This record gives sequence, structure tokens and C-alpha cells, in this order.
Amino acid sequence: MIKAINIHKSFDGTEVLKGITFDFRKSKTNLIIGRSGAGKTVLLKTLVGLITPDEGEVWYDDIDFYKLSLKETRKLRKKVGMLFQGNALFDSMTIEENVRFPLDMFTDMSFEEKQEQVNNCLDRVELEGVNDKYPAEISGGMQKRVGIARAIVMNPEYLFCDEPNSGLDPKTALIIDELIQSITKENNMTTIINTHDMNSVMEIGENILLLDNGEVAWTGSREEIMHTDNKYIENFIFASPFLKKLKNQALGSYK
Amino acid sequence: MILRQFYHLGRYSLWLLKVFSKPEKTRMYYNEVLRQIEEIGFGSLKIVFIISVFIGAVTAIQLSYQFGGTLIPSYYIGYTLREMIIVDLAPTITSLVLAGKIGSSIAAEIGGMRQKEIIDAMEIMGLNTPAFLVLPKIVGAVFSVPLLIILAAGLSIFSGFVTATALAGFTPADFVKGLTSFYDSYTVWVMIIKAFVFSFIIVTVSAYHGYFVKRGSIELGKAGTDAIVYSSILILVADYVIAQVMMG
Ligand SMILES: Nc1ncnc2c1ncn2[C@@H]1O[C@H](COP(=O)(O)OP(=O)(O)O)[C@@H](O)[C@H]1O
Ligand SMILES: [Mg+2]
Repeated sequence: MIKAINIHKSFDGTEVLKGITFDFRKSKTNLIIGRSGAGKTVLLKTLVGLITPDEGEVWYDDIDFYKLSLKETRKLRKKVGMLFQGNALFDSMTIEENVRFPLDMFTDMSFEEKQEQVNNCLDRVELEGVNDKYPAEISGGMQKRVGIARAIVMNPEYLFCDEPNSGLDPKTALIIDELIQSITKENNMTTIINTHDMNSVMEIGENILLLDNGEVAWTGSREEIMHTDNKYIENFIFASPFLKKLKNQALGSYK
Repeated sequence: MILRQFYHLGRYSLWLLKVFSKPEKTRMYYNEVLRQIEEIGFGSLKIVFIISVFIGAVTAIQLSYQFGGTLIPSYYIGYTLREMIIVDLAPTITSLVLAGKIGSSIAAEIGGMRQKEIIDAMEIMGLNTPAFLVLPKIVGAVFSVPLLIILAAGLSIFSGFVTATALAGFTPADFVKGLTSFYDSYTVWVMIIKAFVFSFIIVTVSAYHGYFVKRGSIELGKAGTDAIVYSSILILVADYVIAQVMMG
């Protein structure tokens, strides 16, 4: 479990996070949702220390993250995997080298052991025959898969995904979502996903935090979304008249 | 304004401490150092060749103009040209040009990695990114730039010789006599120390500007410009300090 307690963050005098408190649960797909600019990425990065909050605490189970020394932080980070919005793959390395990089850097595994682990991860994300290609030579959806494979190659306990399906077509986006969800269950990870995609919310939203303008606007599960009349949810999830109508029909048919 | 410079100085120093902390896997660094030597060293040969030809030629013409019609013995041109080139022109001009060439590309490379979140990705893996990204470049540059500068000095003197004898009317014998007079290896050491210091400045200052780049392509461009401007200014400041300490 990861706990955020009263996180504040300002940039150049503008407060982007205004006191966020939330529990991200183990073995669940925890979603941070909100429109773009709401502060999702900033919140995600304060949870892993890529952005230091001005105020507040982050707990990894019973570890107070911001009390750790640099060395301890680096140690904890070996248990953290992260998928970035733009994938952040190393352009000059092949797919295989990208996924193997953390193993090369931090383990004493033999080449064969590393190769086996890399191939297991690439299999897990259903990528075959691209080992020797470069990131620029494969599609956006495949790059996401490589990003996921690299994020899980060290068997992390915590997985962070910043907009994992931005820039993907709806079908591919769904596949990526489901992939992240099933990996979370299999490995019993605490997974936190940023998204503004309402399909993701409905498909994999087990524990949801809605951010609006740097504040917690709503929390709950995808089942609860259908039955809340929270005005932020109304404005965010059911933003289009089409979806509003769909929701009303769905609720109507329950009765 | 002044405060801003102190802020940079503080952040630069703290960052350098991280750059020089113990590497994770030496083998991963080793390959990278070789790549940097290739890029910085071999990649700069052509430009060093071109500037050396002109440094030598201009110095020869300038000196012959100033010596003309004076009582200074004509063989002095070889001696003066040698000293000017070794002590100052070869290390300083070469480094200023390399600051433009290497500096902007280092800032763009590291800045691009910052903006594409590649540095974040490495940090998340637990990597010491200042060391991983910058140390191989420092080692590569501190190894290759002094060699480039020695080469520049040699080529410049040769170009000065050709210019002085072919165009400015000095005899080869006079020039060579001057060239071999009053030789003191101390000046060569001054040159080599300058080469080390200048190459360190170019790499660290440029990498610093890339590493802390803000978001957006305008900022990336600015980081490249700042890398060149600040490393050039610091090269000249260091030039003065070294001159004062070693020759003052
Ligand atoms: N490093 C930064 N410097 C300045 N402002 C930033 C920085 N990172 C984010 N912001 C600002 O914080 C706000 C929230 O950004 P972000 O978390 O990226 O939104 P999103 O919810 O789309 O991920 C935006 O207004 C953005 O401009
Ligand atoms: Mg974002």
C-alpha cells in the first residue's frame, strides 16, 4: 500500500497540488483521474520522489519515503517500476537492451539468466520478434508494451503508469489497460495509473481518485461512479451529452 | 541577477558531488567512455585542423607586421609565435570553439533526455543519473581535449612557419632558430593544465544546463545557448586565473 498524506506542491507561486490525501491499495489498479493539467503527473511524481513536495508525507507500507537517505531511496526504487507517458525508451538501444538495462545495471545475473528474464517479460506483454529492433522502428502500442516490460523486469512491488494509453487507439488502449491490470493481480503489486480516459476508468478503475484543480474532488470505485451525483464526476466522466444519456439509460434499466 | 548566479553555483556544486560518487557498474561506464572519446576526440579533429591553420597564419602575419621596421632580430618571430600559441592561443581558442561544438551537443543530448523523461526513468531504476550521464563525458573529454590541443599547437606552429616563410618574407633558418630558442617546458605544462581545466568546464557546465533544463523546446534551445555562453566565459576566467597563478 502507498499512502499520500496532505501533499502540497507549487510551481513558481502557483499551487498545483493543494493537500492530497489518499490510500493506494495493494493488488488493486488505483487510478488517478482528472482532466489534463489537473496535477496527475505531478502527484504521481511526488509519490516516487521525482518531484519533491513542498509539504506532506508519502508512505510505502511502513516506510516514510521522504525520511529515507539517498542510498535507501535508491534501494527502495529497485522495487518500483514506472511507465512514462512518452515511454522514455533509450533510442540508441534495441528493445532487448532497453528491457535488459536494469538487469545489466543492478544485478549480477549471467547473460543467459538476464536473457531469459527479458524474454519472459517480453512474452508477458505479448511482444515477439522485435528483440533486435530499435524503439523508433516499432508502433506506439508496441513501445508501450516495451515500456511495461522494462518496468516489470526487476519484479517490482509498486508500479506507476503515467497515461499508459495516451496516443493509442481505443482497442489497443483497452488491451494495455487489461495487461496492466492482470500483471498487477499476478504479481500482487500496488499499481497506480494516471489517466483521463473514461474507458480505462470503467474497465479497470478499482480505487479511483479524481483530481480537480489540484484537489481531491471524489474518491471511489467504478461501480460507485454510476451511482454518484458528484458534480465533478458528472463534469468529467459524463462530459458529453451522449454519455450522459447513456448513463441515464443504464440507470433507468436497473429500475 | 547576482543572486541567480549564486543559486547556480550552489546547485552546480551539489550536482558535481553526485557526478563524482561511486559508479554502479564500471563496465557500463567503460563502454560509454570509449564512445565519448570517439565522439569528442575523433569527432573534433576536422574543426581543430581548420582553426589551427588559421591561428598559425594570423599570428605569423600579425607578428611580422609588428616586427617590421623595428630592431627586434627577425628570428624572434619563431620564438614569440611559439610562446603565444602554446601558452594561450592553442588552448584557449581551441577550447572556445569546442565549447560551441561539444557544449551545445552535450546540453542538447542531456536536455533531451530530461524532457523525454529518460532521466526520470533512469532515476526510478535507482541509477545515479548525474554520474551515469556525465562522468563518462568528463573522462572522455579530459582524455581527448588535451591531445586535441597539443595537436592544435603543433599544427598552428607549422602553419605559422609556412605563412611566415612563404608569405611574410622570413627565412626558414631564422624561423627555426627562433622556434628552438629559449625553450622552457614549463609553458607546455601551462598549456596542458589549461587543457584539463577547460575541458572539465566545457563538459560539466554544458551537462549541467542540459540536466536542469525546464520544459519546452524553447528551453532546450536556451540550455544549448547557455551552455556555450557560460562555458566560454568560465574558460576565459579560468584562463586568467591560471595565467595569474602560474605565470604572474
Ligand atoms: N516542472 C514543472 N514546472 C512548472 N509547472 C509545472 C511543472 N510540472 C507541472 N506543472 C504544472 O502543473 C500543472 C499540472 O500538471 P500535470 O500534473 O502535468 O497535469 P496532468 O494532470 O495533465 O498530468 C500544470 O498547470 C502544469 O503546467
Ligand atoms: Mg500528465
